[in-house]
Amino acid sequence: MKMLTRIGFWLLVAAVGLFSIFPFYYAIMSSFRSGSDLFTIAYLPERLDFSNYVAVFERQPFGTNIFNSIVVAGAVVALSLALGITAAYAFGRIRFRGRSLLLMTILAVSMFPQVAVLSGMFELIRAFGLYNTLPGLILANLMLTLPFTVWVLTTFMRELPKEIEEAAFVDGATPWIVVRRVFLPLMMPAAVTTGLLAFIVSWNEFLFALTFTLTNEQRTVPPAIALMSGSTAYELPWGTIMAASVVVTLPIIAMVLVFQRKIVAGLTAGAVKG
Amino acid sequence: MADVVLKNVRKTFGRTHVIHGVDLDIRDGEFIVFVGPSGCGKSTLLRLIAGLEDITSGELFIGGERVNDLAPAKRGIAMVFQSYALYPHMSVYDNMAFGLELAKSSKADIDSKVREAARMLQIDNLLDRKPRQLSGGQRQRVAIGRAIVRDPKVFLFDEPLSNLDAALRVQTRIEIAKLHTDTRATMIYVTHDQVEAMTLADRIVVLNAGRVEQVGTPLELYHRPANLFVAGFLGSPQMNFIPCTVSHIGPDGVQVQLPKAGSITVPVSPEGLRMNETVTLGIRPDHMKLSPQGTLTGRIELVEELGENHLLYVNVGGERHLTIREPGDAHHEAGQEVALALAPESCHLFRESGEALPFLSGSRTPAPPSPDLSSRAA
Amino acid sequence: MSSAVASAPSPARETAQGGRSSLTRSRIRAAWIFIAPTLIVLALIAGWPLARTIWFSFTDASLNNLADYEFIGFENYVANYDGEWFGLLTDPDWWHSVWNTVWFTAVSVSIETVLGIIVALILNASFPGRGIMRAVILIPWAIPTVVSAKMWNWMLHDQFGVINDMLLRLGLIAAPITWTANPDTALWTVVMVDVWKTTPFMALLILAALQMLPGDIYEAAKVDGVHPVKVFFRVTLPLIKPALIVAVIFRALDALRVFDLIYVLTANSRDTASMSVYARQQLVDFQEVGLGSAASTLIFLIIALLIVITMAAGRVRLSGDPR
Repeated sequence: MKMLTRIGFWLLVAAVGLFSIFPFYYAIMSSFRSGSDLFTIAYLPERLDFSNYVAVFERQPFGTNIFNSIVVAGAVVALSLALGITAAYAFGRIRFRGRSLLLMTILAVSMFPQVAVLSGMFELIRAFGLYNTLPGLILANLMLTLPFTVWVLTTFMRELPKEIEEAAFVDGATPWIVVRRVFLPLMMPAAVTTGLLAFIVSWNEFLFALTFTLTNEQRTVPPAIALMSGSTAYELPWGTIMAASVVVTLPIIAMVLVFQRKIVAGLTAGAVKG
Repeated sequence: MADVVLKNVRKTFGRTHVIHGVDLDIRDGEFIVFVGPSGCGKSTLLRLIAGLEDITSGELFIGGERVNDLAPAKRGIAMVFQSYALYPHMSVYDNMAFGLELAKSSKADIDSKVREAARMLQIDNLLDRKPRQLSGGQRQRVAIGRAIVRDPKVFLFDEPLSNLDAALRVQTRIEIAKLHTDTRATMIYVTHDQVEAMTLADRIVVLNAGRVEQVGTPLELYHRPANLFVAGFLGSPQMNFIPCTVSHIGPDGVQVQLPKAGSITVPVSPEGLRMNETVTLGIRPDHMKLSPQGTLTGRIELVEELGENHLLYVNVGGERHLTIREPGDAHHEAGQEVALALAPESCHLFRESGEALPFLSGSRTPAPPSPDLSSRAA
Repeated sequence: MSSAVASAPSPARETAQGGRSSLTRSRIRAAWIFIAPTLIVLALIAGWPLARTIWFSFTDASLNNLADYEFIGFENYVANYDGEWFGLLTDPDWWHSVWNTVWFTAVSVSIETVLGIIVALILNASFPGRGIMRAVILIPWAIPTVVSAKMWNWMLHDQFGVINDMLLRLGLIAAPITWTANPDTALWTVVMVDVWKTTPFMALLILAALQMLPGDIYEAAKVDGVHPVKVFFRVTLPLIKPALIVAVIFRALDALRVFDLIYVLTANSRDTASMSVYARQQLVDFQEVGLGSAASTLIFLIIALLIVITMAAGRVRLSGDPR
């Protein structure tokens, strides 16, 4: 009986693990097969054929797409954290009238459906002359990352000891000095966590990137992959698409594996405690 | 150097009244200890003086200047926090230098002040360490050092020893006392530990539920508690309380009838006491003796042998227990029937309201306090 | 000293001022300065576009010339010309997308919750390789939605897909299935990919809740000889319920605005179109900014209503003292 439970448990673990990684495994496998090989089913790798990887960078401006994604995500993370940490100090540590209401509003914005602002945002980006540019995407993506950055950082900020701040006030620090010299260094781990989440959100963003860009050279990775086409409209270059998928997913997976604990901490700080 | 004066200081959080109008005169160079049970408002009172909380109403003067609206850093105070509140990311040196740096002192000035304080506290070999690399006692010294370099008029301590182990606590207590002797700065110290209060204070302020119960020298509070609360709070083991009724009022004091026992005449001034009024007699465990002629009889329920002395818990009828401290060489056993003799001149009488009846002059062993230290009940 | 007392304001007047020291005042001033940039940015990129979207929904604006439009009232929502009904609320495609979205949300969130609990329970047990397992299940969550949609598209390919191949080999199906194009299977396919991608998120939230439970109640239950299944339903489930509810609501709000997955997995198919897909199609593909904005506005209202209900329920926690 005990043995049976043991076996059942491990089968369950194996099933969950297999279900989780099989699609990615299969994508890697397919990315190393090309030509007519691709259209025969295989479960184990036979040989390494890098032609899909060559194609993705030569026939598509995929290098540019990756660069765009890095620029957009990097800028979004930097802006979100810069704005978020000061705001989180105010929300997390100072009592002022209207604080709860504002915090609720910001939380509500983080749950906004993107499509609800689509036409207004389109107009705004056009008005600023940012259509089909990276700054336009940075601006749009801030709407997705800033609210939850503020929210998660606020929950982290609340957990810092009150006495350290008070000691700084007794030492003559102004609120700005408290943020810059005392809390900023202490918030670094939280900022890394939140920054990672913001990076992933921006890196994965699709709707804005699809709508606010026009040319392939300005696209970030998700619309580039979604809109990748082959020589004819009816024939999708599956090998190339899988190679591109693997290229953009590997860094994210590496990040997840390295920062697993931090990411989980950030997710639960934003959700469970909320 | 400065005196600290509180005039009818009140503090409310929303609708909760935390401090109910405190008046206090702390003299320049005095070591004052705020003591009371948890939640009595002692820390809040300290934080009001520090400027970390707003004073709801009333006035606060430090060195003659009204400081209600001044930021903490401008009040000439330094504070040592319970958790030390060291900046975790800064070295010991930077922790101590931070305040001076913000005050735009010169580098040389900062350096000499930090190094002097470090030498004084014997932490000069730790200046490059981070707080997490220090022991609890070392952190405590850094926190004190950070206060010293500010060269404050008033030192504020918020339960600074409660995170230390027992041995270190005694040692640091002595060092704080020495710091006071050396600097002669005004010090206000919050604790819930009556030993700290008794040993450190020039005067103790006993707080309860946001009110000052009594202010006075340690011995004054011990020997002449102004009310039941102070009587019960100071002294360990606690003072024994016996409810009784007034049976006779005479020139040599008030005679009270003990329950199921004889009567005793306590040399206190009757001041409006009526016959048969219910009062409480208080007597410390040291002031009762086992004696065949004792007025109270009972059975020993438990003996706690502490070595230098023993504590006897005596059941004197019903659920009532009295604690007696006997010399360590005496031999007693649980179950023994005993009679207790009370020293009348060591008894306290409290009205039903809790207020202590004043002693008849000349009837007490310790000298009465000088008039300017007279106790003040809220 | 006495003169200072005499010249000082009376306590009563101070109470009226609120008795704020300069520390409190400077902190409150700082609070507003610190949140101002965030508020301005959010007003610009969330508040203003939202307001404009709602406004556009009452106009006949078109994407190729956004500046030239007229106010037409509720005609984008519902209008009547010569006895014939027009507008969003009479469009069967819109209602179909509403149905798709609600169905997708209900089914996928239910499955994810159940699977999430199971996975969380597995990860809460101690076994060698638990850390690796936890990282492994994060992989589907971290992969960009577009990428996972493409991966599944390829696996679900009707002719060369590995899923059909597997099922054929196992003898579960007789002929290849066109998973994403067949109206009977398309939405289920979407659900399956969403479950694959989002169950880890649920599992991690539930796991966090599980790990906050005190261990001694389980020991007590063990000593009392309570059956593990009973322990789960009587002890674990009620204790993690608050966290579970929060997780379900977060996921539901997320599922209601689904776009990428459906757009990439099944293209602009009517059979699977969600509300967001419908709105974007009107806006961008048909250039009908007015109608598209009307759809966007309705989506916003539906989700806003849910957020308000959620927040009203969670208010007690939010207003807690931050110190």
